[in-house]
Amino acid sequence: MKVLVPVKRVIDYNVKPRVKMDGTGVDLANVKMSMNPFDEIAVEEAIRLREKGAATEIVAVSVGPQKAQETLRTALAMGADRAILVMTDDEVEPLAVAKILKAIADEEAPGLVILGKQAIDDDSNQTGQMLAALLGWGQGTFASKVEVTGDAVAVTREVDGGLETVSLKLPAIVTTDLRLNEPRYASLPNIMKAKSKPLLQKTPADYGVETTPRLKTLKVVEPAKRSAGIKVAGVDELVAKLKALGVAA
Amino acid sequence: MSVLVWVEHEAGAVKDATLSTVTAASQLGDVHLLVAGAGVGSVAEAAAKIAGVAKVVVLDDAAFEHALPENVAPAIVAMMADHDAFVAPATSNGKNIAPRVAALLDVMQISDILSVEGPDTFTRPIYAGNAIATVQSADSKKVITVRGTAFEKAAREGGSGVIEAATGSDAGLSSFVGAEIAKSERPELTSAKIIVSGGRALASAEQFHEVIDPLADKLGAGVGASRAAVDAGYAPNDYQVGQTGKIVAPEVYVAVGISGAIQHLAGMKDSKTIIAINKDEDAPIFQVADIGLVGDLFKIVPELTGKL
Ligand SMILES: Cc1cc2nc3c(=O)[nH]c(=O)nc-3n(C[C@H](O)[C@H](O)[C@H](O)COP(=O)(O)OP(=O)(O)OC[C@H]3O[C@@H](n4cnc5c(N)ncnc54)[C@H](O)[C@@H]3O)c2cc1C
Ligand SMILES: Nc1ncnc2c1ncn2[C@@H]1O[C@H](COP(=O)(O)O)[C@@H](O)[C@H]1O
Repeated sequence: MKVLVPVKRVIDYNVKPRVKMDGTGVDLANVKMSMNPFDEIAVEEAIRLREKGAATEIVAVSVGPQKAQETLRTALAMGADRAILVMTDDEVEPLAVAKILKAIADEEAPGLVILGKQAIDDDSNQTGQMLAALLGWGQGTFASKVEVTGDAVAVTREVDGGLETVSLKLPAIVTTDLRLNEPRYASLPNIMKAKSKPLLQKTPADYGVETTPRLKTLKVVEPAKRSAGIKVAGVDELVAKLKALGVAA
Repeated sequence: MSVLVWVEHEAGAVKDATLSTVTAASQLGDVHLLVAGAGVGSVAEAAAKIAGVAKVVVLDDAAFEHALPENVAPAIVAMMADHDAFVAPATSNGKNIAPRVAALLDVMQISDILSVEGPDTFTRPIYAGNAIATVQSADSKKVITVRGTAFEKAAREGGSGVIEAATGSDAGLSSFVGAEIAKSERPELTSAKIIVSGGRALASAEQFHEVIDPLADKLGAGVGASRAAVDAGYAPNDYQVGQTGKIVAPEVYVAVGISGAIQHLAGMKDSKTIIAINKDEDAPIFQVADIGLVGDLFKIVPELTGKL
């Protein structure tokens, strides 16, 4: 079984995003960029499936600028077998990403597509579900456990009240939650090896997908700031404050 | 304009998340509710009483018992022939189902809206709430999820919607295997008025319970946790507050031994009053806290619990 893993290049999660003065977006110039953390978990899960013998080949895909190559090389260094870069300098919305991924899935015929549950830049949490809809496949979102048996996959999902398990017919879509696994670091020899692994370059047009945004961003502003309040000296003062708030009798 | 709203329900009752979603939807047009499940007659009746509701559409069938998106989404798409928008709370069901509906309708979903600025214009948080975008949709039909903490709750009484049955089927792609749903006497996080949250500093599941629970009991509070505490197994996953956990905005949020990483702040910084207890006076949590107390939580919290 082939596993397709879409990975997105995003602002590094340790960086505090700054809104541009002109209100057009977030300033990404000279900002550290990394693989979306949920996508690292997706790559790791695919590798574990291959280690268990459930997967045979792992194909990483990214839709984005030339620099997204670096993100794909990271996936290759972790253990993906080959990569596809769908090159575009435009911002591509989840719906269009899902359409591109559908075209790739039609060509590659994977048994599973494992995506992150959300990209930490747009926080959309949509692409996996959209891809599942376009392919007509089952979806196991927010996964904390994935088990492939025969022609089905059991996915344990993190839901509002706790955990839920669903069984999906293969092929299927999985989106990862944080506790699915802990991604490995690529070793130096593997980083070197990754440089010679195949990386195919495509464009959205190659897949016949129109990427014009449906949502127009009118402006981007900073959220209302909270200012630091007071520090109390001890528990008695805190109790008094809680009483003043009407929280304690 | 008519708007179809996903009703979040559990054990025969309409959940609060639905009520804030109704408020958001009512700013767009006539509100119709969708109740999907098995044996949901009483939910439909309760839903029909929510203020401002014109109609309740009921999908009552075993195929919908567990809100499997493979089954629910096509049924919603069929209903969208005579609705202009589908609106769901940003709950785990809403987030699971709405994008599937959007893709089937060839619509770009607007996730987690904070406000309705016009019939096609909304604000939403991006970058873990470090920026707020105003976006305008060019799609003729809208698919939207709603951040519950950003809208007032509609009243549970006062409406008299007509109840109508709809049908759908099992797509045969997925099945429900089981669930481990935590049962708690405590208020649910997303609707709790007070929340006490514990972080990595609690250092073990036992200490988390010994220190956090009595304080929460005294305050009648819900209990939350940072991701670090959840990952380490001190608290179950449904406690996680943050960018990728639950978004909460209680009257009072007490952060105990939580540093205040941006991903955690994303889930709680709209709380009315934030109280932080941390031994590091430079912890970032103090930059957003209204009331801070620097010191060892293992001393402070039991003393506080004792004095309340
Ligand atoms: C993609 C992604 C998503 C994430 N999503 C979330 C999310 O949704 N929610 C979330 O919370 N995190 C999230 N995180 C993790 C986040 O970045 C932080 O790692 C996490 O919030 C830290 O948790 P903490 O504050 O409990 O632990 P720490 O950062 O380790 O802080 C512990 C604090 O306890 C204090 N302390 C220690 N001992 C004591 C004592 N005896 N008394 C008093 N204080 C003490 C310390 O001074 C410190 O400030 C996410 C990370 C990533 C990469
Ligand atoms: N441009 C992209 N290239 C590759 N994968 C993507 C891209 N955008 C989104 N994804 C995948 O979809 C997931 C969810 O993203 P989103 O729906 O934008 O929150 C991500 O974690 C990725 O796995």
